[in-house]
Order: sequence, then C-alpha cells, then structure tokens
Amino acid sequence: MQHPAFEEVSFYQHHDDDTFNKKIKKTTILLSVITIIELGIGLLIYNIHKGEHPNDTLVLMFKGLVCILTLAKAFYIVSVFMHLGDEIRNFIMTIVVPLLLFIWFIIAFLWDGNSYKNLRNEFDKDFKVRTTPSSHHSTVVPGVKPGEAELKK
Amino acid sequence: MSTTVTTHQTKWWSGGKSPFNLEYGKVMMWYFLMSDAFTFGAFLISYGTIRFSQNFWPDPNVVFNAFPGAGHANLPLAFVSVMTFILIISSVTMVKAVHAGHKGDRQGVMKWLFWTIVGGVAFLSCQAWEWHHLITGEHAVLVNGKIEMWGQNMRHNPWGPIAEGVTFNGEHVRTPGPVAFGGYFYGITGFHGFHVFSGVIINIVMLLMTQKGVFERKGHYLMIEKAGLYWHFVDLVWVFVFLCFYLI
Repeated sequence: MQHPAFEEVSFYQHHDDDTFNKKIKKTTILLSVITIIELGIGLLIYNIHKGEHPNDTLVLMFKGLVCILTLAKAFYIVSVFMHLGDEIRNFIMTIVVPLLLFIWFIIAFLWDGNSYKNLRNEFDKDFKVRTTPSSHHSTVVPGVKPGEAELKK
Repeated sequence: MSTTVTTHQTKWWSGGKSPFNLEYGKVMMWYFLMSDAFTFGAFLISYGTIRFSQNFWPDPNVVFNAFPGAGHANLPLAFVSVMTFILIISSVTMVKAVHAGHKGDRQGVMKWLFWTIVGGVAFLSCQAWEWHHLITGEHAVLVNGKIEMWGQNMRHNPWGPIAEGVTFNGEHVRTPGPVAFGGYFYGITGFHGFHVFSGVIINIVMLLMTQKGVFERKGHYLMIEKAGLYWHFVDLVWVFVFLCFYLI
C-alpha cells in the first residue's frame, strides 16, 4: 500500500495476514520454548549448587548455554518483532556493526574485575578471609559456638 | 519533503531520497535504541565487573524464590518467569498492533494497543511486588556473633555465605553478602522499569491519538511502528536483565 501522504518511503515489507500470523505464532512459540529451557537450566544450576560437591565446570557450562540461548532470543526479537530482518542490508549493518563493540567491552571489563579480585586476595588477606565461602559444610564462625547465636534487637 | 521526491533525484545520500528507504523518524528511533542498548550494556557490564571482583556472589535461585500468596514456599524462578512471559506476550500484542496499523485498521490498532498497555501495567505491578517483598523481607543474618533480621536494600545484603552450624528457627543463617548486589539490582531493574513505564505512557498517548483519528487523517500509522520499536526494545532489555540477575 502506497501511503498518499508519505512518499519518502517507497518500500514496504509486505505480509498478508496468513503469512504474518504464521510467522508471529512461530516466533512466539520459539521464544516461549527457549525461555522454558532457560528456566529449566536455572533450576538445574540451583540443584547442582545445593548438592554436596558442586561441579563448578558443569555450572559454568550451563551458564554459557543460557547465555547462548539468550542471544538467540535477542536475535528473534530484533529480527522478527522489530522487523530489522526485513530492512535493507546496509541499514542492518549500521545497527549491528557498532554493537560489535560489546565484544571488547564485555571481555575487557570482566577481565578487569577478575584481576582486581586476584590482586585483593593476594594483598588484602582480610578481604580473602572475610569473603571467601569456606569449602562446603565445614566452617566454624569465629566467636560463635554452634547453635548459640541469639537474636539481637 | 514530497516535492524533492517527486523530482526523482538519484543522489540518495544528498537528501534526494531516504538513504535506507526508511522514514527519518524510524531511522532515528533505531539509533536512539542502539545508544540505549549501550547505556544498559554499560550498567550490566559494570555489574559483571563487580561480580567478578568478589569471592562470593548470592545464587539468584536463593534470592528470588518468593511468589505472591505462596507465603514462605521455596519457589525459585517462578515469579520472574511469570514476569518474563507477560513481557513476551505484550510484545506479541504490540506486533499485532503495528500490523493492524499497516493495514490502516483503526479498531485493530486500538484493540492490540490496549492489550499491550495491560501487559505493561501488569509487568510494573509484578515488579512493585517483587521490590516490596525484597525490601521488607526479614532474613536471619549473623553479624558479629549476633543474629539480625535484614531485608535486601542498598546497604544490607542478607544473602552471604552460609554460617555453618548456626541455625535460627530451624533455618540456615547466612553472613552478610556483597553490598553491591542491592545497588545493582535496584538500579538496573529500576532503570528498566522506568523504560517500561515510559513505554506504557507512550502507548497510552498512541491509543488516544488513534482513537481521535489523528493517524487516519495522516493516512499512515508509522507512529505506531516507532512506539512498537521502543516497546520491543524494552522486552529485549528484559531478556538480558533476566539473564544477568536471575539465571546466572
């Protein structure tokens, strides 16, 4: 449909009702299924954490999987719901290429945080003692005998 | 604008024609959203930096385990999944509104915009309940050998490592957790909630304008499309907030 009051744009992505409804339905189901899988993995991580000997590598792998699933969700929202996938390729590039900055952004700053933690653990022993969760199920809190803590009002 | 187009200039980048064959307002909305993505990205990455600099960080499944009306039942992730689905569904109704706009279907635009607004308000209500529950919650925390009852706020974080051997009312007692948790959580979900709120306001304005026939007189519903882009962006940001605070 050519809008009479609007000649600036001559190109319209055109979907008839059937194609449109099918596409939206498919995307909605896809997003819901991915979300449910993510929630399942979240609960799985919770149960691994609760266990006697949490496997850190396994938890990390599941967290990575959730990140990938989230990126897939983001792709479908932007490309189908926001119709970016239907725009002219060069326009897509003006949006997507600047976002590549995030690759450096994330790596650099998480690396920085991690390095700060290592430095503090090395040079600030008090920080290390205070914040490190004692290896599972074997801590004695200084100054408190088990079961004797009382409510301070 | 229309006069320049009718002269059929072929110098696309000299103002003769829209470079991407897109309306100016829509291109600028996209660039605004891109800049907003960097704002949210910077917040979330800063949260990640602090989290990586700590030896301990609370497990979200332990923090977010409440559900309205369920008392003290341990239901990790349940409520936030409701919030996530509300936002996904309201995104779908917005797509429908934009599609109705393409067809010039005024009643359709109004119907779907209305449901989108309902979704937005529902999401904000859920967030209000969640914040209230976190702030007013009472959790036994071991501080200097004494037990104190703490809620989650900007200065206190009751979800530190478990104090072994100490129980209160038959429950684990924790030590204070990293203080930054509250600031980041309320800061980022609050900033996102503010976006949802402004999105709801924009949608209400769009609904009133549609009802008054403004777009019908203009001959196109491109304004609904721009409001839709903003609303989908709010959903997009939530996907990442959900990932960073609730899942990992």
